[in-house]
Formats: sequence, structure tokens, C-alpha cells
Amino acid sequence: MNGLTGAYVPGSSVLHRLPAGAKLAGLAAACTVLVLLRAPVALAAAGVLVAALYALSRVGVAAAWAQVRPVRWFAVALFGMQVVFADLDGAISTTLRVVLAVALAGLVTLTTRTAAMMRTLERCLSPARFVGLDPFRLSLLLSLTVRSVPVVASLAGRVREAQRARGVERSLRAFAVPLVVSSLRHADALGEALSARGLDD
Amino acid sequence: MAIEFADVHVRLGQRDVLRGVTASLTERRVGVVGANGSGKSTLARLVNGLALPTSGSVTVLGLDTRRHAARIRRGVGFLFTDPDAQIVMPTVAEDVAFSLRRKGLSREEIDRRVTEVLTRYGLADHADHPAHHLSGGQKQLLALCSIMVLEPEILVMDEPTTLLDLRHSRQVAGLLRDLPQQVLVITHDLPLLDGFDRVLVLDEGRVVADGSPEEAIGHYRKLMA
Repeated sequence: MNGLTGAYVPGSSVLHRLPAGAKLAGLAAACTVLVLLRAPVALAAAGVLVAALYALSRVGVAAAWAQVRPVRWFAVALFGMQVVFADLDGAISTTLRVVLAVALAGLVTLTTRTAAMMRTLERCLSPARFVGLDPFRLSLLLSLTVRSVPVVASLAGRVREAQRARGVERSLRAFAVPLVVSSLRHADALGEALSARGLDD
Repeated sequence: MAIEFADVHVRLGQRDVLRGVTASLTERRVGVVGANGSGKSTLARLVNGLALPTSGSVTVLGLDTRRHAARIRRGVGFLFTDPDAQIVMPTVAEDVAFSLRRKGLSREEIDRRVTEVLTRYGLADHADHPAHHLSGGQKQLLALCSIMVLEPEILVMDEPTTLLDLRHSRQVAGLLRDLPQQVLVITHDLPLLDGFDRVLVLDEGRVVADGSPEEAIGHYRKLMA
């Protein structure tokens, strides 16, 4: 579930202790380097480096796999298309590039508290004040998105159970309608709870 | 300090949800019971300005909720039935700290207050855990921590034990007894009201009984018979 929720894995590694801003800047730089690397050998070496960073972070194999698991079928499809429309070297490079970028982004999420990420984003978004946007609200939006993933997943689980109980598990409409309705209800309740916590001042 | 309802009417669409509620609530522990749709939750929402009266007035901490909703919300904590709808941040400590985000406190002071409140309510060992991994009872405790860290003067609880098992309901009841704040509890869980100072019974938007828990709950049982 960590991959889906982007949950922080507590720890005291060097990566955990690095400021969120430094990690985000490092991520941007690393992704740029991945785009510039062409040879599969160079990208394989980058893969070894990413694996070493995961080992350094001590977040565990399960958390690491959870980061790239959601893109596994996309990676397979991308590799297949690249083999057909380009060549084998290009397919290996492109696929490795995408998987490594996702793994690195996951590593930042796993080693950074959402609150620290929010503070950094707020600082980066502070110029938005000049066009009338509230950086706090923008960073809150990110946090709520992260938080809403497990909530919607749980709602979907409940709807699926209710479908099974009524024997209509193959009906897309019987799945989508209650899920959308319950998600909207949850959004209403969340908005009310934020108001009650004084966050609509 | 009191919660004052003065001839409060609330109309939602074509439906009169509250019809002329007048009450001055000064007691430390006040309960509200009533059938589904009797207006209990609307009454609770009126206290911190989440709902506004169609006519009449609601005064809380000496302020009118129509004009001072933001100030009142800073002094009135609100615990909802479903804790999932109240938890905003991914981990336990972060969610509690989130309540203090706009208080202008140093990070050290925020950490100190968060640790203190999580320890008080038995969640200190879960500080770094994902909030969605907690049990229903623990989530309700987390929602309570996120409110109590703000040290509100009044606490409103809208059916706080409805989704909890017996053990967690008892835990919430025990915590409720020790809270220093004035507490207004909306509930169907009648044992939760043991030892309360005053209980109101709502029926079709009107207060039909108002007194000690024994008197009011007796009236409620007859009403539901």
C-alpha cells in the first residue's frame, strides 16, 4: 500500500535526514541526467546507483518494490512498443529511464515526511501570492491528494464487497455510481472537517 | 461561558430541521438525543457556525455565530462521527501537527505539543504510523488529539461512538469524563450520557425534554416505544 499512498517510512538514514528541498532538487537533477544518458550500460550503472540509494535508506525491499510495482505493466508495454518501433538498445534505455525515475521519486516520498514536503512546496510556491493564490492551500491540496488515495481505495473495497453480496460484481455501473457518490460525500465531510479545524479562515 | 440558542429555526430546502429551539447551555456535560432526522446534528453544527440559523440566533463564547464563525471555530473543537473524514495528513503525528500549522509556533514547540497530546491519549507509539493503518477507535482518538492540541474551550462531538466497538466506546466515554472543557455530545449511545449534567431530547426539530439524564432518557425511551 505504501506505493499507492506515498507513505513515509520512518528512519534515521542520511536520506531521511536530508532536507526535503535538497531531495527534490536532487530528484530533478537525477531525472535530467537519466534523460541525457543514452547507452544501456550507463543506465544499468544508474540502476545500480539507485539500488544503492535504496539500501542506504533502509526502507526495505517491500517498500522499494511497492514504488515500481504500479508501473510494471506500463514498463512491459513501453518496452514492447520500443522494440517494435525503435531497436532493442532504445527499448532497454527508455524503459530503464522511466522505471528509475519512478523509483527515485518513490525514494524521496519514502524518506520525506509529508509535512516537510508541504513546507518546502509552500516556500517554492510563495511567488504564487502575487497572483492571489495561497501557497498553504496549494500545498494542502497535495497533502489531501496523498491522503485521499487510501480513503478512496477503502471506499472502492466496500463498494466491491456490497456488489459481491448482491451478485452484481460484473456491473461497471453498479461499481462506479456508488463509488463516485461515496467519494463526493467524503469530500463534503472533509471540507466540513477542515472548516471545523479553522482552516478556511 | 454558555452556548445560547435563541428561538433558532433552520430550514433546509422545503424541510424545517429545527423549529424554535431556545436553550442556554452552561453545564460542563450536555447530551442531545433524538431519532434520526430530529435535528441533532444540525444543532451541533450550529455551535461552531458550520450551519447557520434561518432565523433566531446562536451565541457561543459570547459571540454571534453569524458574524464571528472563524473566531468561534478557534474556540470550539468539533469531533465528527467518521474519523476518516477528519484525518488530513498521512501519518499520526503530522495530522496532529497540522492543526497547529497557522498558529505561528516554532517547530520545537509544535513537536512538544504533539508529543504531549499523543502521550496523553495513548497514541505516542503510533506517532510515525500511517493514519489509515489505525483501527477505527484509534482513528477517533487521533481525531480527538488533533482537536485537543488546539486546547478548545468547548468540544462538540457528533455521535463519536457510532462507528466504534464496545471497548473503544468505553475508552471514549472514559476520556470524555476527564476532559476539562465544556462538552456537548450528540449521541444514540445512551450509556455514554451516564454522569452528564443535562440531556436534551429533540423530536422533529423541537426540544421535547430537557433535564437530568434519567428524566430526559426516560422521556426519550417513551417517545421511541
